[in-house]
Amino acid sequence: MNAAPVATIGGTPESMQPLLYLDGISVSFDGFKALNGLSLVLDPGEMRAVIGPNGAGKTTMMDVITGKTRPDSGKAMFREADLTQLDEAEIAALGIGRKFQKPTVFEMHSVFDNLLLALKADRRPSRVLFASTRAIERERADGILEMVRLTGMRGRMAGELSHGQKQWLEIGILLAQEPELLLVDEPAAGMTDAETEQTTELLRRINETRSVIVVEHDMTFVRALAVKVTVLHEGSVLAEGSLEHVSNDPRVIEVYLGR
Amino acid sequence: MRRWVSGLLLLCAILPALAGGRLARADEIDDAIAGFAGNFAEVEQAIGALAATDDAVAPKILEALADGRLRIGPDHSLYIEDAKGALVEARTGAAADPPGKLKPVKVNNRVRRAVEAAMGQLTLLSPDPGQRMNAADTLFRSPDPGRLPALEQALAEETDARVKALLEQARAAILLMVPETPDADKIAAVETLAARGDQAARVLLGTAAEKSSGEIAAAANAALKSIDRELAFWSGVQSVYYGLSLGSVLLLAAIGLAITFGVMGVINMAHGEMVMLGAYTTFVVQDLIRNAAPGLFDYSLLIALPLAFLVAGAAGVAIERGIIRFLYGRPLETLLATFGLSLVLQQAVRSVFGPSNREVGNPSWMSGAVDVGGLVLTYNRLWIIVFSMMVFALLILLLRKTALGLQMRAVTQNRRMAASMGIRTDAVDSLTFGLGSGVAGVAGVALSQIENVSPNLGQSYIIDSFMVVVFGGVGNLWGTLVGAVSLGIANKLLEPVAGAVLGKIAVLILLVLFIQRRPRGLFPIKGRAVET
Amino acid sequence: MISARLGLYGSLLVAAVPLALTIAVGLLSLLPADSALHVPGYVVTLLGKYLAYALLALSVDLVWGYVGILSLGHGAFFALGGYAMGMYLMRQIGTRGVYGDPVLPDFMVFLNWQELPWYWYGFDHFAFAALMIVLVPGALAFVFGYLAFRSRVSGVYLSIITQALTFALMLAFFRNDMGFGGNNGLTDFKDLLGANLQAGSTKAGLLIATGAFLSFFFLVCRHLTQSRFGKVLIAIRDAESRTRFLGYRVERYKLLVFTFSAMMAGIGGALYVPQIGIINPSEFEPANSIEAVIWVAVGGRGTLVGSMVGAVIVNFAKTVLTGTFPEIWLFVLGGLFIFVTLFMPRGIVGLFTGLRTWRSQPAKVRKQLTGRALEAGE
Ligand SMILES: Nc1ncnc2c1ncn2[C@@H]1O[C@H](COP(=O)(O)OP(=O)(O)O)[C@@H](O)[C@H]1O
Ligand SMILES: [Mg+2]
Repeated sequence: MNAAPVATIGGTPESMQPLLYLDGISVSFDGFKALNGLSLVLDPGEMRAVIGPNGAGKTTMMDVITGKTRPDSGKAMFREADLTQLDEAEIAALGIGRKFQKPTVFEMHSVFDNLLLALKADRRPSRVLFASTRAIERERADGILEMVRLTGMRGRMAGELSHGQKQWLEIGILLAQEPELLLVDEPAAGMTDAETEQTTELLRRINETRSVIVVEHDMTFVRALAVKVTVLHEGSVLAEGSLEHVSNDPRVIEVYLGR
Repeated sequence: MRRWVSGLLLLCAILPALAGGRLARADEIDDAIAGFAGNFAEVEQAIGALAATDDAVAPKILEALADGRLRIGPDHSLYIEDAKGALVEARTGAAADPPGKLKPVKVNNRVRRAVEAAMGQLTLLSPDPGQRMNAADTLFRSPDPGRLPALEQALAEETDARVKALLEQARAAILLMVPETPDADKIAAVETLAARGDQAARVLLGTAAEKSSGEIAAAANAALKSIDRELAFWSGVQSVYYGLSLGSVLLLAAIGLAITFGVMGVINMAHGEMVMLGAYTTFVVQDLIRNAAPGLFDYSLLIALPLAFLVAGAAGVAIERGIIRFLYGRPLETLLATFGLSLVLQQAVRSVFGPSNREVGNPSWMSGAVDVGGLVLTYNRLWIIVFSMMVFALLILLLRKTALGLQMRAVTQNRRMAASMGIRTDAVDSLTFGLGSGVAGVAGVALSQIENVSPNLGQSYIIDSFMVVVFGGVGNLWGTLVGAVSLGIANKLLEPVAGAVLGKIAVLILLVLFIQRRPRGLFPIKGRAVET
Repeated sequence: MISARLGLYGSLLVAAVPLALTIAVGLLSLLPADSALHVPGYVVTLLGKYLAYALLALSVDLVWGYVGILSLGHGAFFALGGYAMGMYLMRQIGTRGVYGDPVLPDFMVFLNWQELPWYWYGFDHFAFAALMIVLVPGALAFVFGYLAFRSRVSGVYLSIITQALTFALMLAFFRNDMGFGGNNGLTDFKDLLGANLQAGSTKAGLLIATGAFLSFFFLVCRHLTQSRFGKVLIAIRDAESRTRFLGYRVERYKLLVFTFSAMMAGIGGALYVPQIGIINPSEFEPANSIEAVIWVAVGGRGTLVGSMVGAVIVNFAKTVLTGTFPEIWLFVLGGLFIFVTLFMPRGIVGLFTGLRTWRSQPAKVRKQLTGRALEAGE
C-alpha cells in the first residue's frame, strides 16, 4: 500500500536506513494471490506486531523474507542484501532467524543439543565435522536456557517438552543464532495466560538488542507488547500504526476486529 | 508354398488353353529336359529353359523336382513318381516302363530357388488374380531378364489394375538390369520403382545407381532420396504408433498408481502385482471358458474385465485395511511394507499357477492387423490404445462427476479440512485404494494380450509406472496421460537410434535429470498439503 | 541414538566383535580337516558374504537411519565396487584363461574384441583398482546426489529415482558391448595379490579383512554420528527446514554423507566378489537394494549395530530357508518387510537395548520415539 517509511509512533528518524524493506511483494499459488502488493518497512531495533485474519498472508510474508517462497514480483531487501536472490541458509547467515507457526524443534535431541546446534558458528560440513564443544559455547547455551526458562529441562529430549516449552525452545534456538532480526510466527498459540505473559516479557527483552517481527492473533498479547502494528488483509497492508490507531480504523473493524 | 503348389495343379489343366497362341516347340522341351542330367548349374539352366517353354508339362516337372519325385533314367529321359509311387513319363504323362535303374534328380538350395522363380513365372497367367499377384511379386523380387517376353505377354493380357501395377514394377526391375535397355525406358523404369517406394525398390534402385552413369544414375539417385524420405517418414510414424501403444500400456499400468499416490500419498510397491492379478484372472476366465463353453471365447476378455476389477480392487481394499492404514504419514515405511507384500503375492501366484508363463489367447477380434499407408497396425495394440483412453475418460468422469470423486479431490487437497467437513477420510482412502488397484487389475487384462502372463508380469512395469507418475506430477490424471504417452513415444523414438536397452537407459537418465528441474513433475499440485 | 547409549566402551566392544569373530573362524578353518574344531570352507565363505552385506547395510543405515534418505539404489554402489574388484581379478588371470590371451579377458576374446577398452586400463594394478573401488561408486553418488539434493528431491521421489538409477545400470551391464562381460559378468578368478583364491589361507585372509573393514567402518560411522556433524544429520532427518533456517546447507551435508556411504558400499562389494567368485549384472537388481534396506529395518534403523545384526540374521535365514524350503523364502522375506514396518519399527536392537529407556519414558514420548523419529525427511 504505502511504500514510504512512515515513522509515526516511537519511530526512528527518516534518514536512517531501514533494516527490512519490502515493496510491492506479490505471491500467487495457482492463481490465488496470497500476497498482493505487500509493502512493509522495519527500522533497526524495532519490534513490529503483524496481525490479520487467518489466510491474510502473514506466514507467506515470512516465507518470502526467509527465502522459502520466491515472490512473483516486488522487492525484498535486508539492509543491502536482495532477499529474493538468496536461499534459506544464506538468509539465515545474514542474520534473520525464524520461528515457525507450528513449533519445530529437534525432538530427538536434548534441549541443550538443540541450542548447541543453533549457536552461531561456521556451518560448513568440513568445519562441523571436526568441531568440538568449547566451554564458551556451553556457557552461551546455558545462558539462553536461563533466558527461555528451560534450565530444568537441559538434558531432556526436546520431544518431551510441552507445547509452550517447545515454543520457548524454538525462540531460544533463534537467540542462539544471534540474528539481527527475529521473525516469530504466533508464539503465544496454545499457551496459558501465564505463559503468554512470560513470552511477552521474553520478546521485550529480546527486543532490547534485536529487531523483531511478531505475528499474533491474540489481542491481549499484542496490546501488552505495545508496539507499532501492521494489519494485513488479503495479502496487503490494510492499516498501520499504534494498536489504538488501527483498532479505530473502520476497515480494520470491518474485516477483523468487528467479526 | 504348399498351397500355391496345389493351386498350380489345377492351373495346369487350363494353362495351355489360356496361353493361346504360344505353344512350345517340341524340341525346346526336349532340350530343356536333357539338361536335367547335368550338374547343379546345368539343372538350374534347364529349369529356366523349361519354364520358358510355357508348356503344360513344365509345372508338373518342376513340382516333382521340388518335391523330390523327379527321376532320371539311364537314357536321360525324365520320370515322375506320383503320390502312390507309380511312375509316369514326364514328357507325355503316360504310364512308364523305364529301361533301367532310375536315379532321383538331386536338388540343392540354388536349384530350389530356381524352381520357385520358375513356378512364379508359370503362374503369371493364372485365372486367379491372387495367384497372379504372387507370381508377379516373385518375379519382382528375383527379376530374370529371360522372363521378359512372358512378362510382356502377361502384361498385355492383364486386366486387374493392382496386378498390372505389380507386373509393371517387375518389368521395370528387369529392364533396369538389362544393359541394352534404351535410356528412356530405363528412366521410366526408375520412375516406376520410385513410385513403389519400399525397401525392395530401394535395393534395386541402389544397384541401378551404382551400375549406370549419367542421366540414369542421376534419376536413380533422386528416386533413392525420395524413397528414403518416404521410408523415414513411415518409420517415424510407425515409431510414434509403437510409442502410443507403449504409452497407453504405461497409462493403464500407471493410472491406478497416480490415484493412490495422488490422493493418499501412498507409494504402493505391490501395484504391479495388482496388474498381475488382473492378468491371471483373465487366464482363469479363459481356462474355464475353454473347458466349459468354448463358444464364449471371443467374449472372454469382456467377462474378465469386471472380474479383474473386482479381484484386484478387493485385494486393494484388503491391503489398505490390513497394512497401509497403520502407516499413514510414513511413506517410506509404506513403500517397504508394500514391497514385502509384492514378494508375497508373487510367490503365492507362483505356488498356485507355477513359475512359467501362462497362455492367454487373443480373441479373434484382437488378432490380425490392418495396413494403413506404410503402417502395420495390429489389432491388439489398436484395441489397447482405444481401451486405455476409455479407462482414462471413465476415471476423469468419475473424479469430476461423482460424489466419491468430489470427496477424493477434497481429501487430496486438504485432508484435515476434508475430515473436519465430515468426509469420512478413512472410507475414502479405502475406496480410493480399491479403485486404484481395480484399475490396475483391468490393466492386467489388457496386458495379458501383449505380454507373457507370469508371476513377474507386474514387476516389469512397476518402475516405468513410477516414472510416469513422477514425470506427470502427482494427483493429476492429465499429467499421467501426458507422462505416459510422452515416455512411451520417447522410448520408441530413441529405440531405432540407440537400440532398445540404451534407449531405455537414456529415457531413465533424462527423467532423473528432469526431476532435478521439476521435482514435482510436469503438473504439480501446489499447496501446503504436499509439503508436510 | 541407541549406539549413543552404548557409550564409547560399548561401541569399541561391538566393533571388536566382527574382527574377533573373523579372526577366530579364519584361524579355525586352517586347522586340519579331521580336527574337532575345524571350520569347513563353506562356512568361511558364507560368513564372509554376510559380513560384506553387513557393510552394505551399515552404509544404508548411515543415510537412511541418520539423514532420512531412503536409498533404493545402494546395491548399485555395492555392485560397482564389486565390478572394480572383478576387473582387477580378471586381469590377474592372464594367460590362464580358456583362450590364453595375455591381456584380454576370456569374454572379450569370445566376442572377437581386438584390444582392451580404455576403461580397463590400469586395473592390472591393485592400487589402481583399490582406488576405483571407492572412486567409482563415490563419483556416481556425488553426481547423482548433487543433482538430486540441490533441487531438493526428497522422500519417496528420491527413493524412486535411486531405484531407477540401479535399474538403468542393470540394463547397461547386461549389454555385451559395455565390456563388462554382459549377462555372465566377471568370473573364473584365479588369484588376488598373488594369493590363490581357492586356497584356504586366502579365504581366511579375505574373511578377516572383511571383519576388519566392518569393524573399522562401524567405528568411523559411530564417530561420525556421535559428533556435532552427526547431530546435524539427525536434525536434518527430523526437521529439515528448521535446520535449513538455522543456516545449515542441508544439501551439502546430504551429499557428503551419501557419497561417503556409497564408497563404503563399494568396499563391501569389493570384499564380496573375491569370496563369492563372481559378479554379474543381477547384483544391480532393484530388489537387492530394497532387501538391504530391510536388513537395516530388521536390525534397527539408526542404530548402526542393528544394521549389521540385521544383515547377518536375515541372510543367515535366507541361506537356511532357500536350502530347505526354497518356496517359503519369499513368503518369509515379504512377511518380514510387513511385520517389521508394522510391529517392530525399532528393529531387533530396539527391542533389547531400548526397552529400559522405553519403559522410563512417558507414553507421549514413546509415541514420538516410534513415530516421529522414523518419519523420513521433513
Ligand atoms: N504453498 C502454498 N500453496 C498454496 N497456497 C498457499 C501456500 N501457502 C499459503 N497459501 C495460501 O495463501 C494464503 C495465505 O496463507 P498464510 O500466509 O498461511 O496466512 P496466515 O499465516 O496469515 O494465516 C492462504 O489462503 C493459504 O491457503
Ligand atoms: Mg500463519
